[in-house]
Amino acid sequence: MLRLDRVEISQGTFRLTADWQVSAGEKVAVIGPSGAGKSTLLMALAGFVPYAGKVLWQGGDLGPMPPGERPLSILFQDQNLFPHLTVAQNLGLGISPRLSLGAEDHARIETTLQRVGLGGMGARKPGQLSGGQIGRAALARALLRARSILLLDEPFAALGPALKAEMLDLVAETAAETGATVLMVTHDPADARRFAGLTVLVEAGIAHAPQPTADLFANPPPALQAYLGQ
Amino acid sequence: MASRAGQISAALLGLAVAALTLGSAAMTAGHATDWSLGPADGAALRFTLLQAALSAAVSGVLAIPLARALARRRFPGRSLLIRLLAAPFLLPVVVAVLGLLAVFGRAGPVNAALAAAGLPPLSIYGLHGVVIAHVFLNLPLVTRMLLQGWQAIPAERFRLAEALGMPPPSQFRHLEWPMLRSLLPGAFATVFLLCLTSFAVALTLGGGPKASTLELAIYQALRFDFDLGRAALLAAVQFGLCAAVTLATLRLTPGGVFGPGVDRAGGVSSPPGWRHGADALAIGLAVAFLLGPLLAVMLRGLPGLAGLPLTVWPALGRSVALSIASALLASTAALTLALAVTRGQSWLEIAAMLPLSASGLVMGTGLFLAVHPTISPESLALPVTLMVNATMALPYLFRLLLPEARALRADYGRLSESLGLTGVARLRLVTLPRLARPLGFGTGLAAALSMGDLGVIALFAGERTETLPLLVQRLMGAYRMEAAAAAALVLVAASFALFWAFDRWGAARAAT
Repeated sequence: MLRLDRVEISQGTFRLTADWQVSAGEKVAVIGPSGAGKSTLLMALAGFVPYAGKVLWQGGDLGPMPPGERPLSILFQDQNLFPHLTVAQNLGLGISPRLSLGAEDHARIETTLQRVGLGGMGARKPGQLSGGQIGRAALARALLRARSILLLDEPFAALGPALKAEMLDLVAETAAETGATVLMVTHDPADARRFAGLTVLVEAGIAHAPQPTADLFANPPPALQAYLGQ
Repeated sequence: MASRAGQISAALLGLAVAALTLGSAAMTAGHATDWSLGPADGAALRFTLLQAALSAAVSGVLAIPLARALARRRFPGRSLLIRLLAAPFLLPVVVAVLGLLAVFGRAGPVNAALAAAGLPPLSIYGLHGVVIAHVFLNLPLVTRMLLQGWQAIPAERFRLAEALGMPPPSQFRHLEWPMLRSLLPGAFATVFLLCLTSFAVALTLGGGPKASTLELAIYQALRFDFDLGRAALLAAVQFGLCAAVTLATLRLTPGGVFGPGVDRAGGVSSPPGWRHGADALAIGLAVAFLLGPLLAVMLRGLPGLAGLPLTVWPALGRSVALSIASALLASTAALTLALAVTRGQSWLEIAAMLPLSASGLVMGTGLFLAVHPTISPESLALPVTLMVNATMALPYLFRLLLPEARALRADYGRLSESLGLTGVARLRLVTLPRLARPLGFGTGLAAALSMGDLGVIALFAGERTETLPLLVQRLMGAYRMEAAAAAALVLVAASFALFWAFDRWGAARAAT
């Protein structure tokens, strides 16, 4: 279980609070107006933004852990791959941050690449991939890291609708395979409906407790109505 | 998250640089026995200020038409010429002086032309010579600064001005002059500072009571009069002067002086008619002024290459080893400090820039005074030169690396941390590949600067610790001009080869 215990993020005049929990294996959309703090919430969970309160995973406090040691993987809006390393090396970082890889590791990397539809592309540099392929490679690394929580900070925002839907399906498959808990920032209600059983609404300085996505959009609170333009 | 050890080592490095810079200044101040300047010292101070002001003013005035011509004309070889404008920065000063002597000296073509026209000869020694040499060395730098300014004016403004029918003088007044007004003070201050600390030019072309700079006076007080108190006083005055001008320069100079983009297509219009001829004249004269002396050194030196004095080779070996070591030391220090600043140790930015306020000679004087009673300065000539050269190159490398290190952290810092990439693994897999290009360029620059250095080594060196620039200067002093020119050619080749090798290494290792 992921628990945010009276979490409070303060940055200058910006303030965001969250006090809720989600069960392991849930897929959660994080939705809300621009500037509400959706990305900031994910960055705090990942260990990049300081906060008061506690973030607990299966009862253990993540606070003292540096980002690389937290039981999570994160996909950023962009810059998910190092452009000077090959795709295989970028994936290899998910196994060993020192890139000390054995034959077995290389075999795992190739298998994972095939799994996400990038078979035979391990020797390419990210600059030789399309936007969708870059997203797949980043997901493949998350698969290899096999952490319990996957945070998605709009990594597919720049993709077209069909490609984005394909990537979301891939994330859903990945999550089902690894049993990961997924938190995904999105601006698009369709993404939330397609992907997430639960949705967190972030507005007016509060990240509200997750609600079933279908219920939330069927009966949206005023803030969500305003956001959706209803 | 930066490791504690990394933070501590960066802090210790910053403290060492500050101690070397400020400590040497304090050492000179502590040794000053009498705080009043004698008449000769006052004259040296006045001459130092006069030559620096004149050099900066003339460089600025000449750079305006040259940069403007380069900004508004397109011709074959233009980009090569702009690239060559960086060459004097890498050129050993003693080689530049040798070339200027060949062109402007008593038997040179300029005085021959003056004599043919019935005009009095021009002396390359004294104020004239010092200013000509400083303009030769700094005109390209100011030209590049102004050219970047011209290219930074949005093309739309020139199009609008043309659409409104503005003639070139109005365009200059409304578009170009505001840019010049913002850049020229910084350019003036930069050249003024460089000329304040330019020891080698004063050593070779200055001298005597009428043309002695503070640095030359320090050198003479230490090497010939052995008046430690006077040397200390002069060094303290020089440090105060440089520190004040450095502060002014940092306030006045916009960033990115050495940045890329000098060959971007600008929007300035290319008026026809007599202005076309004037631009061609400005470019032609500049090419002759900047390339003539280099050509003269080549012509004079090539025949002498076969009969080079044997002392050239050990001196070359010492210079190459010294410059590689000092360049590697400087780049390691600059990278360490730049990375630490991006991690939040912002006070280290001041430490890294401190060496600008102390010239190599002042630092050398401080170290000379520190070791003199117990150790023979000659036995420390090479280590001290290595340390001082590395310290002097540090601010340039640091300014090159800092913006790149900041961008690297902004782009890939969180990704690295989220993957647990820290310490040596991050340095090897992310930092060095991503920063290889500026690191290679900067290390090459530092190596070339150290290769051509004729400052602190002149204070410490004896015969067995002579570097190649010092040997060239001594050959010139002995009027063995052909041998000096040949040795200078070797020096130039080694300087450019070192720069090229490091720059190529960086480009080859650079991440795509």
